[in-house]
Amino acid sequence: MTIESGLGTVANYVDERTGAAAWMKKNLQKVFPDHWSFLLGEVALYSFVILLLSGTFLTFWFDPSQREVIYDGGYQPLAGLKMSAAYASTLHISFEVRGGLLMRQVHHWAALIFMSAIVAHLLRVFFTGAFRKPREGNWIIGIGLLTLGIVEGFLGYSLPDDLLSGTGIRIAEAIIQALPVVGSYISYFAFGGAFPGESFIPRIYTVHVLLLPGAFLALITAHLMLVWYQKHTQYPGPGRTEKNVVGYPLMPTYMAKAGGFFFIVFGVIAFLSAVASINPIWLYGPYTPGQISAGSQPDWYMGWLDGLVRMAPPLETHALGHTISWNILIPGLIVPGILFTGMALYPFIESWITGDKREHHLLDRPRNAPNRTALGAMSLTFMLVALINGGNDIIATHFSLTINQIMWFTRFGVLILPPIAFVITKRLCLSLQRADRELVLHGRETGTLLRLPHGEFVEVHEPISPEKAYLLTAHEQPPALELPAVDAHGVKRAGGLRNKLRSRMSVANAEAITKASVNDLKEIDHH
Amino acid sequence: MKRLSRYRRHKAAGPMLLILALLGIGTTFSIASATTTSQTSKVDRSVQIEEGRQIFLRGCSSCHGLNAEGGQIAPSLIGVGAASVDFQVGTGRMPMADMSTQAMRKAPLYDAQETAALAAYVASLAPGPEIPSDSQLNYERDGNTAQGGELFRNNCAMCHNFAGQGGALTQGKYAPTLMGVDPKYIYEALITGPQSMPVFSDKTITPAEKMSIIKWIKAAEKEPNLGGASLGRVGPVTEGLLGWILGLGILIGVAVWLAMKAR
Amino acid sequence: MSNEIEAIKDPGLPAHVHRKADSDPAAANRAERQVAILFGISALGTVLLIVSYIFVPQDLFIFIPVMGNQNAHQLGLGLGMAISLFFIGMGAIHWAKTLMPDTEVVAQRHEFRSPDSDRKEFVDAVKSGAGASGLGRRSLIKKSLGAALGLSALSPLLLLRDLGPLPKKEFETTSWKSGTYLVTDPGNRRIKASDLEVGAVAQVLPEIEDPEHRALSDIGKDAVLLIRLRPQEFNLTPAKLAMTHDGIIAFSKICSHMGCAVALYEQQTKHLLCPCHQSTFDVTRGAKVIFGPAARPLPQLDITVDGEGYLVAREPFSEPVGPSFWERNSQ
Repeated sequence: MTIESGLGTVANYVDERTGAAAWMKKNLQKVFPDHWSFLLGEVALYSFVILLLSGTFLTFWFDPSQREVIYDGGYQPLAGLKMSAAYASTLHISFEVRGGLLMRQVHHWAALIFMSAIVAHLLRVFFTGAFRKPREGNWIIGIGLLTLGIVEGFLGYSLPDDLLSGTGIRIAEAIIQALPVVGSYISYFAFGGAFPGESFIPRIYTVHVLLLPGAFLALITAHLMLVWYQKHTQYPGPGRTEKNVVGYPLMPTYMAKAGGFFFIVFGVIAFLSAVASINPIWLYGPYTPGQISAGSQPDWYMGWLDGLVRMAPPLETHALGHTISWNILIPGLIVPGILFTGMALYPFIESWITGDKREHHLLDRPRNAPNRTALGAMSLTFMLVALINGGNDIIATHFSLTINQIMWFTRFGVLILPPIAFVITKRLCLSLQRADRELVLHGRETGTLLRLPHGEFVEVHEPISPEKAYLLTAHEQPPALELPAVDAHGVKRAGGLRNKLRSRMSVANAEAITKASVNDLKEIDHH
Repeated sequence: MKRLSRYRRHKAAGPMLLILALLGIGTTFSIASATTTSQTSKVDRSVQIEEGRQIFLRGCSSCHGLNAEGGQIAPSLIGVGAASVDFQVGTGRMPMADMSTQAMRKAPLYDAQETAALAAYVASLAPGPEIPSDSQLNYERDGNTAQGGELFRNNCAMCHNFAGQGGALTQGKYAPTLMGVDPKYIYEALITGPQSMPVFSDKTITPAEKMSIIKWIKAAEKEPNLGGASLGRVGPVTEGLLGWILGLGILIGVAVWLAMKAR
Repeated sequence: MSNEIEAIKDPGLPAHVHRKADSDPAAANRAERQVAILFGISALGTVLLIVSYIFVPQDLFIFIPVMGNQNAHQLGLGLGMAISLFFIGMGAIHWAKTLMPDTEVVAQRHEFRSPDSDRKEFVDAVKSGAGASGLGRRSLIKKSLGAALGLSALSPLLLLRDLGPLPKKEFETTSWKSGTYLVTDPGNRRIKASDLEVGAVAQVLPEIEDPEHRALSDIGKDAVLLIRLRPQEFNLTPAKLAMTHDGIIAFSKICSHMGCAVALYEQQTKHLLCPCHQSTFDVTRGAKVIFGPAARPLPQLDITVDGEGYLVAREPFSEPVGPSFWERNSQ
């Protein structure tokens, strides 16, 4: 029996019991467009699977308890010291379980790659406008996954109860404690009493291995089902329209590529884990609140938050026997809250500004949405400046700077550089649009010089292919919204200020270099 | 070098050079004669102190004062003890190459004998911490690694980092790496508190405990990289960089290849 | 010439370009061999993993340039795993690229919006269903349901009450009492004022009955840093100066910003630096904040000596140590 007929038998068997044939025949032929940037989300998905597998392995030996034990394991520099069972069992996984250190490193590298891939995927979706109708809901799920990822990562970083992770928990506790009115109560409930207590690690363990992975699975399922049902977006190009999707069928090409890519992701993470040490907890030592190490940092996806906290001005309000720590609340809760809410609402904000309520399945080239691209560059600049300050002590020692210089640079930079990035990026986008227009109208520069009869030298331009010309002009250039302050009857419209704001933003958003058209080409021919 | 060339044309340069040369010849002679001819240790000692004084006058007095009483830019050396001189001169921190934020470790300018003479001279000014003898520094015998680690994390890691790699202080100062530092110098630094570093008294951290700290530092220095390349042992910053550049970098590379049409 | 702007036409999908392996059986066979080789490399990786697991001792170290001394067991396991997985992926993708169909397929999209008749019926069904329930008319039901749902959300909150005790005054108290001896951390030895030279620091904790079982939550509030300066270097109010002893000053080591251990003491500048967020405190001015996000000085402990010269606390901390909280009276 050949493989083909064997699989046919299986298909028969399944259909006779489920009647899935109609659904399956359609979906096995489902078309997926192919582009490297569409694989960033897949990297995140596969990292998540790897996290589940390696994490399960670790739970077989990890003891999530803050019970005090005396270390009697094989790592001599810690012999006989008092530590928590959580830390001791992590040492046991690292030194006595064969392959345990490898799996710990796989788990941690996978977590870092997971978060980088989510961020890279988010940037791809943002800059190409893939979040537009009908995908706003999936964008919000994505923001939810990013937020969960940050929390889940931080909890995992905290579990081993080493000196570095304990310092992280200490800072988290200070943020909780700073909440107005309820702070000290929530802190006491979370920690089962005074920090650090003996309850916190067992509690966050349950959240880390059960609650949040469950939430992840639910959200990832919804995320993928929506991608499946709504079909993938595609980049513009000849033959690609809002009404079709061009790519390869799921079975077999896409299945083999996507399946193979899972092994690639796992392989690369295993490679990193083989050659590069990550989170060497045995060097950090067990946690005690009286100790600290120079260069105490969170993992990178929390680094921007730490950087914001570091650069915060020393502000506290003392009144009526109460204290409000603005130096913690602003960088630790308020600014991140505004950023993430703004990010989640962005699809609606953009559609409000453009007045565009249509479906979009063709992606934008970033240059053709200058305002959005500039806004993205601006946010990215903000985050990078904050992230740099999160590592200011390491940067200071490695580049002969002072932490004070870096701190002052980022304190101003975090406010000044993002708007500059906005302006530069927008200008850059418009220049690129202009270059596109030139390319369509006058063709490619060949570098060949031609001498005209009257002695002038000109460069020969070679017309570009119709495919390329179409690609460079396929985008829409909708005009700005017209929102008159008075309606048709001469009555002043409600919400005048809002309308004014909206039309201002709409005008800014519609700024573009008029794309080349057939009319322009004809005009050139006349000359 | 620039600074030197500026002074070269100074009108006092010629005579100064002559005096320096004479002093140099004299000192060399006295060192040579001291090592060969001296008989009693007392004479030996006073010769050594005199020798140290000569070196001091030549190399140190311009900042620290003719009698080591200190000056505008340099502290008094009265009572800092031989250990302090041995640390500062032996590790090349003194004399300072330039008046930057912090004296750096570099190749020492004076050899062991000259350093010993300088130390003897400064110790003769007023009592201070002494250079530990080799038998005092038997950390392999007297130290306990695990206890040393605990002491290290309590007293040293906040500046020198959890693995002794060094770290940033304010205004560009830094705690240097402890890797590859002679145990004698670690001990001297602990008892004398050079530059930004505070003093760790023998009563709060006993000499035996100091041996434990040294033993732990030496163990950390020798410790092989158990989980792969160490990435500098500076924590999550380098890990995050590597994750983005190497991890996501390779994956994007493969993704580009995957989406490319085969020929 | 008309005013109508005419967009550049879509030339349609470019013609499909055939691969070598589509027409040349030799090329197809070559591709098949390449795929097999990639899968073969993967198998070798698994062999490396098995050999490392069984035969390479866990304490064998080998020197690798750039990376330094490496644990051969860990490296063998990791590289074996990486090779075995990575090359399965390479093989599968190479197979898909060279031998599986690579003709681009066009599928049609359909607008998600349903036909207007369906939409009308749907909206009508929702409306009539809502109308039949009487939710709009019977406001008593609407209001009481809202109240009941709102109240029911309290029950999970209430059930979480036993997660921990109420804080009471614990945020404001430490183990320091009047007359508590200062002891070294670690070591738990009493300290004489004369034990500290000028420029010396010491990490101290309050003396307790059973130092072997000191709770971490106590260390988190009790840890103190002892620093000795020359008495004339202080620039303190008389009250604060009276809390020092012969140049020895004691500060809470728990940062007033976020609770990290502030113990980076720079002997020359007399500055204390917190390694977490770089708050800098000036010791000579009673740990006044001179840089960074901390808003309050570190609390100072009032110290003196007993008859034999041992350091003791004269008074407990006069203000709460550590980060701020709502109930903190910081006047």
